[in-house]
Parts: sequence; structure tokens; C-alpha cells
Amino acid sequence: MAQAEIKSPIPGTFYRKPAPDAANFVDDGGAVEVGQQIGLIEVMKTFIPVMADVAGTNIVFTVDNEEPVMAGQAIAEVTV
Amino acid sequence: MTINSVLVANRGEIAVRIIKAARSLGIRTVQVYSAADADMLAVKLADEAINIGSPAAKKSYLNIEKIIEVARSSGVDAIHPGYGFLSENGDFADAVAAAGITFVGPSGDVIRLLGDKVAARQAAQRAGVPTVPGSAGRLESLDEAREVISRIGFPVMIKAAAGGGGRGIRIVQKLEDFEREFLQASAEAEAAFGDGGLYLEKVITGARHVEVQIFGDGQNFVHFFDRECSLQRRRQKVLEEARSAALPDHVREALCSSAVALAREVGYRGAGTVEYLYDEETEEFYFIEVNTRIQVEHPVTEEVCGVDLVAEMFKVAGGTPLSFTQDQIKATGHAIECRINAEDPERDFMPMPGTITRLSVPEGEGIRFDTMLYEGYTIPPFYDSLLGKLIVRGETREAAFDRLEKALADLVIEGVPTTIPLHRALAAQDWVRAGRFNTRTLETWLESKPLSNTPLGEADVV
Repeated sequence: MAQAEIKSPIPGTFYRKPAPDAANFVDDGGAVEVGQQIGLIEVMKTFIPVMADVAGTNIVFTVDNEEPVMAGQAIAEVTV
Repeated sequence: MTINSVLVANRGEIAVRIIKAARSLGIRTVQVYSAADADMLAVKLADEAINIGSPAAKKSYLNIEKIIEVARSSGVDAIHPGYGFLSENGDFADAVAAAGITFVGPSGDVIRLLGDKVAARQAAQRAGVPTVPGSAGRLESLDEAREVISRIGFPVMIKAAAGGGGRGIRIVQKLEDFEREFLQASAEAEAAFGDGGLYLEKVITGARHVEVQIFGDGQNFVHFFDRECSLQRRRQKVLEEARSAALPDHVREALCSSAVALAREVGYRGAGTVEYLYDEETEEFYFIEVNTRIQVEHPVTEEVCGVDLVAEMFKVAGGTPLSFTQDQIKATGHAIECRINAEDPERDFMPMPGTITRLSVPEGEGIRFDTMLYEGYTIPPFYDSLLGKLIVRGETREAAFDRLEKALADLVIEGVPTTIPLHRALAAQDWVRAGRFNTRTLETWLESKPLSNTPLGEADVV
């Protein structure tokens, strides 16, 4: 059981859901597959999807919804 | 009441532009900034700079209460809103006035009137300005909509009265689809805007986007001629010109006069822009909307008319009558503006913030670069991607494009990808040089991926 990080590809503002009144892309504790969308980064008024680049379980987000992130910063950890 | 001090309620290149105009008039400047913008050029240039909150615009540049509180405590007698953010918010204009501070722009009532799509269209009609054929106002029923269609024909646009900026629009091609689309559009508008009101406009295909710079002091109204803004990508302007090469003299005269008539109809005060669609084949123009603020592309008008529009905004807001009569306003030569954005043209214009490692700006006769960049500046990711505007002027359109190619070859911005390669390619295209384009042309051209095979820097070898 190892941990892997999912990192932000770009600096910006991180969103966990597609719209303010929508459900999270993934809830804490959930499982993700490679290529599954886990969030959005808003950069310069453009929204870029964030995909999981590893498959794993028990996802834990280390960044809150609407929190600023830097490029390469870990957004979530999963158990692989 | 002359303005002696101003708070700049904006950021980026337009904040720099406003500070420079204020300084030329001896006006003291107070620049507000978000926590992400402490290093921006306008903060360095202003007489005073005040942090108004966290990076998210709604907590800083859109925070009406905070901005007015800071304006009061810093003792300014005016607020300039720039473009975007609060510039077309009538309630902000009212709140500024209620605080005993001069809003550099039209009254809240005029901003609201022209911001309501249906009300603006009706004001244009009262002023005798041609509007896109369509419904007289809000549609009361499906039957009324069918009546309008029997008059104007398909294709039609169903538009939300409370929409704007491209939102709440549906295009319908044939009668069989109309009822379903109409009912869906009404439900959607109700959900999105809390107002299900709809109106109809005929689709004008192959049109150009032209616009007229207007100015008023509430009593006198003038125009500073037209701008050509058809080169667009995703409804965002990319390259603008003054004046449009597509307008015959008699059309230009009618177009500019109609914009002044609309300014007079609403008692306009300050700088504004009346936007139109122009059909070259029929030589007909149609009102789209009014922007009640200074426009990004205002420098091309300044270059051909020899006027400082931002300085004039301060004078008029301070109660001075317009400095110009229509007879005194002449346009000579041709000007072009390229919007330089922090976007990668080779990766579908992905925006990319970062740190400017090198900046070299062309200088010389007929070249101007309005920007907020300096070497070592880190562009924050929270706002739009506009880095600066390269503006050139020439005696003729051809001379202006020749000068543009040289200036673009000499403009160096390193550290982030920019749209400079796009503009270098555009300036060399025959169809751009010949002025053969409408609002769809640039996107159609980009679909063939003309930039992905061009090695970066190829255009440097001139």
C-alpha cells in the first residue's frame, strides 16, 4: 500500500465541482481511475480539467475547493 | 468641480493607462490592488497603493463596499472603473455617487438602460438607429414569435432579454424546431437569469463587427469615428483597426451619425462605444449593443484622431464641457492594435501565467505599446491573459501593416508563451492585408492549424 500524489498541471484556482451547486467530481475516500476528472483549475478565466494520472483508492484532497494552487502542487493523495 | 485625485478600481494595463492620463492632468492617483497584485506596475506608478483583499475578484476588484470605503478613507474625489470588473455596474456607479464621489462614466440609470438588451434596442430604435430585424421588444407569446418570424424569416436567434456577452442565445434554422427551442430557451433563461423574457433577431451571416467611439458631456455629443473589430476568436477581439477599411464614405457618415443620435437619445456622459454588425453586400448596418466604458481597443482611435480619450473622460467627469466639437475631430492615417495575450497559440490558446524573463519593446515613430509588463514581473493566474497592446500608426493601411510587421519582429517577451506568433502570421496574410474578412474568418483560418507547423521565431528572420 503506497501513496501517490495527483499534482496540479498549472497554477490557478482549484475547483472540486463543475458548478457551485453541483456535486463533487470525486468525494473524499472514493476511488479514481487513470484519466478520470477530479477537478478543474481556473487559470486566466479559462477552465482546465484536472485528471487523475494514477489509479487508486481512498482519495484525500489536500487542497480545498476554490483554493489557489501552484503548478506541480499536490492536489490529492490516493492509495495505490 | 475639477477632479484632483482618483482611485483606480482596476488592474493590469488599463490601470497603467489611467494613471498616465491622470498624471498628465496633475491628478493624484490611488491604486487599489488584490493580494496577488502587490507587484503590478500600476502599484509602482501610483502615488498611493492600497491592498483591498484576497486574489479572487469578488473579494477585491468586485468588492463594492470595500472599494468605496477605501475611496472615502483615502480622500479621493473620483473613481475610474476602467473596463471589465465594475465598469458597467449601474449599482456601483450609484453607490459611488451616493458616497459623494465622482464616477468617471455615465450615470447608473444610463448604464442600466443600455445594459438591458431589450431597452437598449428600443432606445436605438427611438433614435432612428437600424436594429437587427426582429421583435419590437419582449415576446408575450409563441403566437407573437411566429408572427415576427413570418416577417423576418429563418434563421433566427432566440435571445434572453437578461442575457448578454454571448450568453442565452439559440439559433433556430426551421419552423419545425421553433416551438421546442422557444420553450426550452424560456425555461433556461428563467433558470440562468431569473427572467424568462425572450426576444427574436434575424441571423445576419457573414457580417463584420464595426463600432463607433462616442463621447458626451450630457449636453453635447460627438463621435471619434469607427473601429474595425471583425478579427475575433471565441467572441474575443484579437486585432483591431481604426478606421474600418470596409466602409464607403456615405455608410461611415450614416453609421457615425446614428451612434451620436443614440448618445443624444439617452443623454450620454463620458466615453462609450456603439457596436454594430455590418453587411458589406447590402451596405446595411445593424445596432448590437452599447458598451458604457472605455474600451480595450481605444488606442487605435486615439492614434488616428490625435486625442487622449482617458484624459477627456476625467475632464468631462469633472464637469468641463467636451473639449471638441464634431468639426474639430479629424481622422488621419490608419492604426492597428494587436492584443498580446499570455496564451499559447500552438496549444489551442491555453493561457499560461509565469514570470517575464526578458522584455524588449520596439520604439520609434508610429509605434506604441500599452502594457503592465516589466522584466521580472510574475503574471498571476487569477485574471485575464491580456499582457499588452502593440499599436502602430501609418499614413495608409498598407504602411501601417508594414510598420506592424517590423514592430512585431522586434517585440520580445520571454518567460511565458504569447500570441505574438499569431499576430506575426496575421500581419503577413494576404486576406488580412486585403481586408477580406468577417467575424468568422479568423476561427475558420485557425481550424486549419496554420500556426502549429511554424517553428517559433521563424518570423524573426526578416
